[in-house]
Amino acid sequence: MIDRLQELGKEAIQEIRDADSVKALESVRVKYLGKKGPITEVLRGMGQLSEEERPKVGQKANEVREEIQSKLEEKTAELEEKALEEKLKAESVDVTLPGKEVKRGARHPLTAVVEEIEDIFVGLGFQVTEGPEVETDLYNFEKLNLPPEHPARDMQDSFYVTTDMLLRTQTSPVQARTMEKYEGQGPVKIVCPGKVYRRDDDDATHSHQFMQIEGLYVDHNVRMSDLKGVLEAFVQKYFGADRSIRLRPSFFPFTEPSVEVDVSCGICGGHGCRLCKHTGWIEVLGSGMVHPRVLEMSGFDPDTYSGFAFGMGVERFAMLKYGIDDIRHFYTNDIRFLNQFKRV
Amino acid sequence: MLVSYQWLKDYVDIDDIGVEETAERLTRGGVEVDMLHPRSEGIQNVVVGYVEACDPHPEADKLRVCRVNTGGETASIVCGAPNIKAGQKVITAKPGAVLPGGMKIEKTTLRGQESEGMICSLQEIGIEQKLVMKQFMDGIYVFPENAETGGDAIEELALRDTVLELDLTPNRPDCLSMLGVAYEMAALLDRDVIHPETGHQENSESASDYISVQVDVPEDNPYYGAKVVKNIVISASPQWIQNRLTAAGIRPINNVVDITNYVLMEYGQPLHAFDLDKLGSSEIVVRRAQDGESMTTLDEEERTLSSEHMVITNGKEPAALAGVMGGAFSEVQEDTTTVLLEAAYFKPARVRKTSRETGIRSESSIRFEKGIDSGRVEEAAERAAALLEKYAGGEVLQGTVEVDNRPAENKKIQTSTAQLNRLLGMEMSAEEVLSIFRRLRLPAVENNSGIMVEVPTRRPDLDIEVDLAEEAARLYGYEYIPTTLPKGVTTPGFLTADQRKRRRMRRYLERAGLHEALTYTLTSPSHSGRLQLQELPGKVEVTMPMSEERSTMRTSLLPQLLDTVQYNRNRQITDAAVFEMGSIFIGEEGNTLTTQPQEKNVLAAAVTGWWDAHLWQGEKKKTDFFVVKGVLEGLFEEIGIFDHIEFIRSDHNELHPGRSADIYLDGKYAGFLGQMHPSVEKEWEIKETYVFQLDVDLLLTFEADPLFYETVPRYPAVTRDIALVVEEQVTAGEVRRVIAEAGGSLLHQVTLFDVYQGEKLEPGQKSLAFSLVYLDPERTLTDEEVAETHNHVLSELQEKVKASLRK
Repeated sequence: MIDRLQELGKEAIQEIRDADSVKALESVRVKYLGKKGPITEVLRGMGQLSEEERPKVGQKANEVREEIQSKLEEKTAELEEKALEEKLKAESVDVTLPGKEVKRGARHPLTAVVEEIEDIFVGLGFQVTEGPEVETDLYNFEKLNLPPEHPARDMQDSFYVTTDMLLRTQTSPVQARTMEKYEGQGPVKIVCPGKVYRRDDDDATHSHQFMQIEGLYVDHNVRMSDLKGVLEAFVQKYFGADRSIRLRPSFFPFTEPSVEVDVSCGICGGHGCRLCKHTGWIEVLGSGMVHPRVLEMSGFDPDTYSGFAFGMGVERFAMLKYGIDDIRHFYTNDIRFLNQFKRV
Repeated sequence: MLVSYQWLKDYVDIDDIGVEETAERLTRGGVEVDMLHPRSEGIQNVVVGYVEACDPHPEADKLRVCRVNTGGETASIVCGAPNIKAGQKVITAKPGAVLPGGMKIEKTTLRGQESEGMICSLQEIGIEQKLVMKQFMDGIYVFPENAETGGDAIEELALRDTVLELDLTPNRPDCLSMLGVAYEMAALLDRDVIHPETGHQENSESASDYISVQVDVPEDNPYYGAKVVKNIVISASPQWIQNRLTAAGIRPINNVVDITNYVLMEYGQPLHAFDLDKLGSSEIVVRRAQDGESMTTLDEEERTLSSEHMVITNGKEPAALAGVMGGAFSEVQEDTTTVLLEAAYFKPARVRKTSRETGIRSESSIRFEKGIDSGRVEEAAERAAALLEKYAGGEVLQGTVEVDNRPAENKKIQTSTAQLNRLLGMEMSAEEVLSIFRRLRLPAVENNSGIMVEVPTRRPDLDIEVDLAEEAARLYGYEYIPTTLPKGVTTPGFLTADQRKRRRMRRYLERAGLHEALTYTLTSPSHSGRLQLQELPGKVEVTMPMSEERSTMRTSLLPQLLDTVQYNRNRQITDAAVFEMGSIFIGEEGNTLTTQPQEKNVLAAAVTGWWDAHLWQGEKKKTDFFVVKGVLEGLFEEIGIFDHIEFIRSDHNELHPGRSADIYLDGKYAGFLGQMHPSVEKEWEIKETYVFQLDVDLLLTFEADPLFYETVPRYPAVTRDIALVVEEQVTAGEVRRVIAEAGGSLLHQVTLFDVYQGEKLEPGQKSLAFSLVYLDPERTLTDEEVAETHNHVLSELQEKVKASLRK
């Protein structure tokens, strides 16, 4: 009987080896270990054996059983592994195929520039104020020290809507309006972004509509050196810590002294290149100490208050930052243009 | 202002400084040099040639063959200029010469005749057509007889020079003259200013024997001076004067006119020469013109004047528009022998008005408008007299007939070193400050309060103390101003809640897949009035538009967003999703404004084409009403107003009647969304396009409920799906509202998951399937409780919207 068991064991193991699927393996298990299987049959015949032989045969039967069982498990694992491998193989994809696009729009580059500049000045303790685009002559010119016959009005040919209202030519009227709200009490620290309009024919460098950001800082004892310090801090935040600024005397009716602010060229590092017209410097801001008459007209005492103001062209900043060569791109809204600013 | 470097050297020693450095110094000092124009860059081998003989070309009627002495040698040169003659001295480019633009002159053969060089016009050596004297405009230039044969023609024409083009700010009219620029350079370099020679002889007669002057308008004409010069011989002015005028951008005409222009450039003092014999009287009267009075100006134009204009008259009729342009009848011409030289100070405002309204801008009017040096008028007149004596054979009569109402004293400004330092944040010493005023030639004396500075008439821009601060800073050097941060109180910087919310709305739309666009605010009359949020009382129109296309302030953002869709479609970009946030402008009835117009902040978008496409997987989604509505619902959620929004079918006549909705925020009209009406799409030549426009100002007035956390459910929810059959006109919104109301607090969520209409239902019916989730966050619901509520929902549906469960 022991021999018979031995033989059954060998047969079963051979069949397990030959099984090529989990299903085939199951039938092997049923065949050999099932209730009607040969091993059960052998055990059933144990009654005819002697007391002495019985444990031996029993032990052998168990051994064979366990061996078959373990081989079955081994083989099952092997087959499952193989099946999984095949499944994974069948499921594989071409990882170079494009993924499903997550639809995203782009911020307009001018908005991006405005918000970046706003954020820098908010960080420096400024607030953002806005004002009307259709302004009165009073705020657009007169309160900024440009009386009706002032020669500087030559510089600004404007779109009038009535004899004394026009599309603002600068965002500076917001300064006058804001100062009035403060009723002569400083400090005033504001930046004013917005659209402005001038009678220019549209071409690569001119636009009848463009954006400006003006800034104003009025307090006791504000000095021209403070203007330099604040604008340098701003320029280094916006253009990079390695940039420096240079002031050049200039003229604006609402500031005295007035300056143009140049930033060192970022392309050539100041050695001179095409971008900076071989000067090493790029003009980025107009600025100056608020004219005493402007302070006075907006309710601040020029004997106790002083301040500085500055203004910059948003398009110019965007053109410098992104290398854009034609101002009209900003208002054409070609999707192929806009689409490039998804990561601003 | 064009400044010849060689000319400038007459008044200030800058020989060692050079052109580039001069330009840099001026710019850094605040007088910006916009550009340098070298006048003869690259020109070589061009000499003064003497035409010994000039014969017809045997083969060509219009050509001549000239024998030209080029200094020690003669050349045969073929020339086509109509004015070439034997005996002339001409600009001759020898073989090997290089002309502007790199043109090389070689020996060549023209119609069988050898030509050893080229006889040039001024234009051919780089002088602008408008600066060439009239008689040489259509031919070659002819030198005066005293030019040296064989000499360097470039030298003769003073073209070895560079012109500095100044971009002057309006506060520096003093630099509209060579002397003014010289004063500036002298201050920057701490050097002397050399004044021109003004000395001349006087004959035995007196100017007052010939002329009297009466000024009726002293407020506009504080000084008028008349000199008389006799026995003038009109001719071409000397080469050097012509050369300098050409460099300054002024065309030479004759010696008298050129001399007045020369002094104009030198002193910035406009002068006018009348032919005294033609003036027709012995008096000058300065007055306002009469309304409707007319005169013919030098340019032969008849001008009709008004009482706003100032004229110089002979006592009867206008002989000049004061400070702007002379009159025709008293013009200096070939036969002029006696000249009345006017040197006056006209106030800016009157000249500006006269110039503007007559449309004449001249070198004179530009300078009077910006303000001349009222204290140097006489010196300029003497200078001109001296030049007329020397170069026009004139005899200057004694004295000047003048009317003088100028203030006797110069303005004075009190300042102090301490105050200047306080304004600038600098630490200049009193000596440094005084030295700066000395260099600027501003007389300054120390007094108890600091420094008293006298302002010469040369610098009308210096008015108050800060003006002196600027002078001190720019002479000291802006680079030496220290860099400090303000010492005042610190203030918090922030964006207002509205500013943050507007940013948030834009940011959301970007994330939702829309590009931000910016369009022009000025639009056409045909665009304004279209696709508005609501009827507006009026428009805002520009009184003098540059074009009709940019004549009216926009009343809606949509017309230009549709233009954007069309622009891109014309470039084969058929998928577009763009939005813009900005102001619309609301005028008054009749489109005339009495106060500033209302500016309303709105948000609009236009979406067309494929919304979503993943091509190789075969997934595509066309933009439809629900795509855009979904974007909007997300936007409302983003700013916390979703629960207060209602969509109601719209009757906006520019929208698709079946695919458009008005949007209400707590019952207030907040905007619309929908497909453009097909006829509007056709008008714009675009395909199916969906739009929305919202009243941002209204949305911002709404305070969203504060955000509080709700317990995350710990107990199981019970879901019941129902398919309802209703009449087709019953809206999903109505059904949903009935369910929500009937479900009460146990009904946690209602989701529409299917809409069906078709053959499986009766005509006129539709099926809506909802999933209802019942939940009590505090405990597990029993089946009975759910059943009770759910049955109530079903009976309410039956009662209120006649909804039955679908079989």
